[in-house]
Amino acid sequence: MIREFGTGEVFYIVLAIRWTIALSLIAFVGGAIGGLAVTLARVSNSKPARIAATGFIRLFQGTPLLMQLFIVYFGLNIVGLPTNAWLAAAVALTLHASAFLGEIWRGCIQAVPRGQTEAADALAYSYVTRMKDIVLPQAARIAAAPTTGFLVQLIKSTSLASIIGFTELTRAGQIISNATFKPFLVISLVAVLYFILCWPLSLAAKRLETRFDKALTR
Amino acid sequence: MYQFDFTPVFQAFDTLLLGAWFTIQMSGMAMLLGLAVSILGAVGKDSGIKVINLIVDIYVELIRNTPFLVQIYFFFFGLPALGIRMSPNEAALFALTVNFGAYGTEIIRAGISAISRGQIEAAQAIGLSWLQVLRYVVMKPALRVVYPALTSQFIFLMLGSSVVSAISATDLTAAGNDLNSLTFASFEVYLVTTGIYLVMSIAFSMAFSLIGRTCFAYPVER
Repeated sequence: MIREFGTGEVFYIVLAIRWTIALSLIAFVGGAIGGLAVTLARVSNSKPARIAATGFIRLFQGTPLLMQLFIVYFGLNIVGLPTNAWLAAAVALTLHASAFLGEIWRGCIQAVPRGQTEAADALAYSYVTRMKDIVLPQAARIAAAPTTGFLVQLIKSTSLASIIGFTELTRAGQIISNATFKPFLVISLVAVLYFILCWPLSLAAKRLETRFDKALTR
Repeated sequence: MYQFDFTPVFQAFDTLLLGAWFTIQMSGMAMLLGLAVSILGAVGKDSGIKVINLIVDIYVELIRNTPFLVQIYFFFFGLPALGIRMSPNEAALFALTVNFGAYGTEIIRAGISAISRGQIEAAQAIGLSWLQVLRYVVMKPALRVVYPALTSQFIFLMLGSSVVSAISATDLTAAGNDLNSLTFASFEVYLVTTGIYLVMSIAFSMAFSLIGRTCFAYPVER
């Protein structure tokens, strides 16, 4: 029995977007915390910390996200946790985002003129004050555009969670497509929904970028 | 305690290597084809013809704001509804090309816009043909500017291509999936597969930086 592609099916897909958003938010917030730690380790004075952070970034930027998802998914069992698509997707995407944000933010921190750090040192500010009140606020302005750009990439990346069986937008589309035999319509709808989610963010990233460029060429 | 057992994985290591070779071939081909699309896109975008401009804009924005997985589903499962049928490997190559083309268009445009108008006018003034201007004054320096971005985009493409296993194209990830269903040593299989990807991306990024240093070594005035 082939199901009709009616309003119920459309709603099922449209509502599945909440899982895409939830997963993106978890990965983004987790990735921001992890990314900050990676960045600070990457620009710290301690050599082991720098090497560890660089290795972490290389590892996650040099392997496919799909493999990272698989390894976390099958690895959960090994460390004694239940095999669960939600947990695996959240953990893998958080680690993935940590590495990428860490690398993006490293560039932003290093773009803050060195004189700022030296002046803070000369004034005998502590590391925490120097970072929190002097370097990071300036780096944050530079980071706004590329971070927004990465958020778009992250939202798109959550679609891979469908492959390990997490029901978000892409998986919902697949389920309906299989039930209704209307792949063209269903996948187009899914694509449009992703577009609606991502496009405004892409535009915002572009606007932030031009605004920042203007601020620099003042 | 979990007992790791890598023997079945290494017994079938050649199937993984075969998959890796396929991934490299497919990514390389997609990059070359995608580069052609990118150059067309970039030239079209700067042509000043409104319709072409709009088409390129729509293409680039649509591809860049939807997941690659959805694009590949669309080409493989969606297009047959319009009578366009592709084998999994053809659909994979097509999707990778279309995807790379969109990102490449923006990269190439950035390269072209890095070339000052004065240089082009100077080249025209000394009587270079339209094709010569495009080749020597626009493309070569532009490629030099975009080389780092293009090569890292290639590595993104190669890593992202693991997704084509979802439509049963025969790449490295698919080889891993097959081996997984034969041996049930999931963690070991994917650990080794990931390792191969890591070696591939490190090797390519080293090769690219070597090539970049030899090919674009001439000095530029700034």
